[in-house]
Amino acid sequence: METILTSLTKEVIIGDNQPTVLIGERINPTGKKKLSEALKLGDLEIVRREALAQVEAGADILDINVGTFGVNEVTLLPKAIQTVAEAVDIPLCIDSAFPEALEAALKIYSGKALINSVTGEEHSLAKVLPLAKKYNSAIIGLLQDDEGIPKDSERRLAIAHKVVMRAEAAGVPRENIIIDCMTFAVGADPGSGQAIIEAIRKIKAELGVNLTAGASNISFGLPRRNLLNNAFVVMAIAAGITCLIGDAAKVRPSCLAADLILGRDKRARRYVADYRKHQSMKKQSSLE
Amino acid sequence: MSYTLVTALSDLREEEALKISEERLNSGENPQGILDDARSAMEIVGKRFEDSEYFIPDLVYSGEILQQITAMVKPKLKRNSQVERIGKIIIGTVAGDIHDIGKNIVTFMLDINGFEVHDLGIDVSEQKFVETIKETNINIVGLSGFLTLAFDSMKETIEAIKSAGLRDDVKIMIGGGQIDEEIKKYTGADSYGKDAMAAVSIAKAWLGGK
Repeated sequence: METILTSLTKEVIIGDNQPTVLIGERINPTGKKKLSEALKLGDLEIVRREALAQVEAGADILDINVGTFGVNEVTLLPKAIQTVAEAVDIPLCIDSAFPEALEAALKIYSGKALINSVTGEEHSLAKVLPLAKKYNSAIIGLLQDDEGIPKDSERRLAIAHKVVMRAEAAGVPRENIIIDCMTFAVGADPGSGQAIIEAIRKIKAELGVNLTAGASNISFGLPRRNLLNNAFVVMAIAAGITCLIGDAAKVRPSCLAADLILGRDKRARRYVADYRKHQSMKKQSSLE
Repeated sequence: MSYTLVTALSDLREEEALKISEERLNSGENPQGILDDARSAMEIVGKRFEDSEYFIPDLVYSGEILQQITAMVKPKLKRNSQVERIGKIIIGTVAGDIHDIGKNIVTFMLDINGFEVHDLGIDVSEQKFVETIKETNINIVGLSGFLTLAFDSMKETIEAIKSAGLRDDVKIMIGGGQIDEEIKKYTGADSYGKDAMAAVSIAKAWLGGK
């Protein structure tokens, strides 16, 4: 199963025989005071800089979320999309909890975007799936429904079935659906890491869709978060995710290593290229 | 080293903490003294969490040890005397939001710190909060939410409590992902907390003041 996303000039393919696609998560004001303040003033300079930095760090797609208190997302999200599309050339992932904001951004996006996200909640299925159909977009399906966020793999699987079935009924083909397996803080619930890995395997086997996961939630409330995030990334890739939402600068090396080990990086082209890039950067900085 | 109940529990030495509790119970000591020591230990745990010496799994583990001690002590308490509850609180994730990880940690910490918690779950309507306040007469309310749209639900819930004529009877705290002073003001809440231990200290302070 291949999910294809495009910008004006670039195409990104998410699929089993492809390297893991990295969706850069940093344009999101949650927990970022400075970005949050700037967005309230309509200032998109940090957004533009974060876009450039993430592409430099190797992100394949950028998630764009401007949702914070005091921001009208319906007007600001399209502006942020516009700003980022002018700065970088990779496909974008349009991220909002408000369907009106998603649509406003989809209207001005050039290419095939990724929508983040629809959930298994009735209000979401009803409002967001028609947008994916209308704008021929791919869509991330979050595994949560009106009953809440599932703690075990069986409920995750059941919601995945529901989302895929409802999406197909709404005219969104399966290759345009990416299921987010809902990474859960392992510090809060010791069984949650295993539950998500199990869910990835089961959903993959039963539905065959592309799968994603957030790289940074697993470590919430714990020290040495980066270490945990990277360990999780490797396990999730081995279990079957084909794309990943995370901080490119921090998780890409593990992604590249996992891809190489799993045979998704023929002749180690990407792995070695990344090494060379870092070597030359080192050299550069020692010369300066 | 030799532990006391306070040091054993606050250092998360499960085996020692349980053994000491058992020995003290068997020696005929007043069980209330054991619970008081356990509570002091939990205060140390809370302090260490605030100082980033302890993390969420440490909090949860301390709670699990405490629950075992409480279960051991309970049958020995005098008839009619329950494990003492210092206060009561109503908590829930507001309408339109289903996130409950944070709320559940807060609920757990309030519970092991001596509160009776009425957890209404997720996507809780304004009416449900209002009805529960009326039915239970509980005067501390915690509203949880992670999504930005939860801020409006919090505001509406607090307005509904006001319209029901109950606003002066209750203290309301909010918490979740992005919440700060500005959002506290917007919603009309009395206080906000950045983590589970903050919720416990706010609730304790309100007990004193009411």
